[in-house]
Amino acid sequence: MSTTAPAEAPVRTPPLTRRRAHRPATRRPLTGLLFVAPTAVVVAGLFLAPLGILVYMSFTDWPLLGSPTPNGLDNYRQLGDDDQFTGAITFTLLYTAITTVVLFAVAFVLVAISNSPRRGARFYRTAYFLPYVVGTAAASSMWWVDSHDELGVFNRLLQAVGLIDRPIGLLATPGKALGTVIALVVWKFIGFQVIVLLVGLQSIPGEYYEAAMVDGASVWQRLRYVTFPGLKPTLALLTVLSVTGSLLAFDQFFVLTHGGPDNSTVTVVLALYNKAFQSYRLGNAAAEAVVLLVALIILNVVQLRLLRSRDREE
Amino acid sequence: MAPGLPRHRAASALAAVTVALAMTACGGGSDNSSGSGNPDDGSQLTMWVRSATDQFSQRLVDEYNASHKNHISLTIIPNDNYLTKVGAAAGSHTLPDILASDVVYTPNYTKQGLFQDLTEEIKSLPFYSSIAKSHLDVATYQGKIYAVPHKLDSSVLFYNKDLFRKAGLDPEKPPKNFAEILDYARKITALGNGITGFDIAGSCGGCGVYTLFPYAWAAGVEPLPDNGTKVNINNDTFKQIFGLYRQLTEEKLVASSDKTQDGSTWPNNFLAGKVGMLALGSPIVGALQQQKIFEWGVTPLMAPDGSDTATFIGGDVAGISVSSKHKAQAWDFLKWTLEENQQVEIIAKNGDLPGRTDLSGNKYTAADPRTKLIADGLAKGHTPFALPFGDLFNNPNGPWVETIRGAIYGPDLDKALAEGQEKIQKGLDAAS
Repeated sequence: MSTTAPAEAPVRTPPLTRRRAHRPATRRPLTGLLFVAPTAVVVAGLFLAPLGILVYMSFTDWPLLGSPTPNGLDNYRQLGDDDQFTGAITFTLLYTAITTVVLFAVAFVLVAISNSPRRGARFYRTAYFLPYVVGTAAASSMWWVDSHDELGVFNRLLQAVGLIDRPIGLLATPGKALGTVIALVVWKFIGFQVIVLLVGLQSIPGEYYEAAMVDGASVWQRLRYVTFPGLKPTLALLTVLSVTGSLLAFDQFFVLTHGGPDNSTVTVVLALYNKAFQSYRLGNAAAEAVVLLVALIILNVVQLRLLRSRDREE
Repeated sequence: MAPGLPRHRAASALAAVTVALAMTACGGGSDNSSGSGNPDDGSQLTMWVRSATDQFSQRLVDEYNASHKNHISLTIIPNDNYLTKVGAAAGSHTLPDILASDVVYTPNYTKQGLFQDLTEEIKSLPFYSSIAKSHLDVATYQGKIYAVPHKLDSSVLFYNKDLFRKAGLDPEKPPKNFAEILDYARKITALGNGITGFDIAGSCGGCGVYTLFPYAWAAGVEPLPDNGTKVNINNDTFKQIFGLYRQLTEEKLVASSDKTQDGSTWPNNFLAGKVGMLALGSPIVGALQQQKIFEWGVTPLMAPDGSDTATFIGGDVAGISVSSKHKAQAWDFLKWTLEENQQVEIIAKNGDLPGRTDLSGNKYTAADPRTKLIADGLAKGHTPFALPFGDLFNNPNGPWVETIRGAIYGPDLDKALAEGQEKIQKGLDAAS
C-alpha cells in the first residue's frame, strides 16, 4: 500500500486539477468581466490595434509621403534580397551569443567577490549596480566620447598603462567596434545581473551547504550539486532577459557606432529603423517588425517551455 | 489616410484657383497678392525649419514679427527628425504655413505636392532674375516653382595661414591642384605636435557629397547625370579624388580619428588651429571670424589638375505648404526675406550668403575678401538632385558611405567605386 499510493497519485491528479481549473471560468460572473474591461480596452487600444495596423502596413507599399498601396506579399519577398536585413540577423545572433556568455562569465566573478563576507562587499555591490541606473542612450553617448582617439579617456588610459603606443581607434574596425559595444553593455548591465544572482544565491538555505559539508562534499561538489540547482530558476530568468534584450539591441548601436564601421554592427532593430526612418519604406519596415515579433514569440515560447519542464522535473 | 490626401489636394487646388481669381480681380501682377488688400493683417502663421538653420531663421522671424502685424511662430526641429516630422504632418494635413526644406530633399516635397504653387508670385518679383538659380531649380517641378531660397551655403577649402607660414609656405598662395594639396599637407604635418595637414570626414556621407562632388564638377564630371536617375562615380576623376584622400590617409597626413568622423565634430580640429587645410563650407565662417587663435584663408575647391573650380550650393528653400490657409500672408513674409534690406542687414551682416546674386557685392560680404570669394564662387555652384538622396547619400548605413570608406580605407579603390556605382544605381532605379 505504502509503495503504490504515491505512484497512483500523480496519475489521478492531472485530470482533477484540469477540471478544477475549468469550472470557475464557466461560472465567472459578468461583473468580473466588467472589472477587467477597462484594462482590456487599454490593451486593445494600445497593443492590439497598433499591431493590426502594423500587420496591415506590412502588406502595403507605404511611403512616408504619399498614399499607401496594397502590394500583397512583396515586402516579405523583398526581405530575403535585403542584404542589410539578412546581415543584421547574423550579426544580432552573434552579438546575442557573445553578450550573454560574457555577461554571465563576468557576473559569476563579481558575484564571488561581492558575496563573500569580507569587508567592502557592500561597496562593490553598489559600485557594480551604479552604471545600471544610467540610461542606455546616455551611457552610449559617454562611451562615444570616451572611445574617441582625441577626446576620450580610454586610449589615454591604455597608453598610460603601456598597453598601446598611440590611439587605436576603438570604433575604427568591425572587431574593435563590436568589442567596445560589448564592453559598454557589460559595464552597463552587469550590476543587474549580479544583484539578481546574489538574491538567487542568498535564497538557497544555508542548511543545504551544512548538510553537504557533513556529507564531505568538496567546494566543487557543493557548487555543482547545491549552488547551481538552487540558481536554476534565476539563471533561466537572466538568460531569457539577456537573450531578448540583446536581440532587441538598438540604442547602443544607434548612438555609439551608427551601425558602422562599414555596416558591420547593424542589428535587426537598427535595420528596421533605417528602413522606416532613413529609407522611408514603412511597408518594408513593418514586414521586418512582424518577422522579428514572430521570431521573438517563438523564442520565448521555447524558452518558457524549457523553464517549465525543468520546474516539473524538480 | 490614403483617400484623404487626394481630397485635400483637390481642396488646395480649389483654394489656389480662388486665390488666383481674386488676384486677377485685383488687377494682378502687383506684389500685394492678397485678395483682401494688405496681407499684413495680424494673422498668426507657423513655420518649421531644421536645426541647421536655427539662428539664421530666428533672426529673420524675430525681425519680421517686430516690424509687422502678422506673427510667425517658428519651430526648430532637429535635422535628423525633420523628414519624419514633415512626413507625419503631411499625412495628417497638419503642415505649418511656411515649410523650409534642405535643398537636397526638396524634390521629394515638390513631387508629393506639399507646397503651393508660387510661380506667378516669384516671377513677378522685380529681382526675380537674380534669385539664386540653384535653389529655384530644386524647387521647380514640372515647370512650376514652389519655393524661394531661405538659406544658402557653399563648400570651399579653408586653410590656416599661421600653419602655412610655420611650414615655410606662402600664406597668400593656397593650393591650386591635388599635387599641391598633398605637398602642403606633408609639409604642415611635418610640424608635428599633433598638427595634421588635412582633415577628412571618413564616415559621413553628407560631408562627402558636400566636399567631394565639387572636385568632380570642376573637372566637368556630373556625379548624378540624367536628372538624378543615373550615378557616375566609377570614373578616372573619382579615382583621382579618392586617390588623393587615400594617400593623405596612408601617409598619416590626417588625424587617426578621421576614419570614424561622422561629421558631428568635423570642424573642431581646424577651429582649434590643429589642421592645415579643411574642405568644408560657409556655415563655419561665423565661427572662424570669431576665433582669435589663427588667421584663416579660403580658396575654391578645384579639379584634380586645377583646371577649374566649383562648389556645392547647399542650404534651404522655404515654401507655403498645402495645409496653409494664409497664402497671402505667408508670401508676404517670404517676399520680405528676399528684399534687399533683409538680405544685407540681417543675412549678410551675420556672415551668411545672400540669396540673390545682385547682392553678392553688398558692403558686409565685400568688406572681407574671403567672404567675397565665397559669394563669387556661387556662380560656379551646383546642387545635386536625386529623389532618394537621403537614403543613398546621407544615410550612415547607405551605399555612399560604404563607397567612401571602401575607396579610402579598403584594399581596392577601383573595386570600391565599381561596387558603389552598382549599389547606388540600384537605389536610384528602385526609386524612379
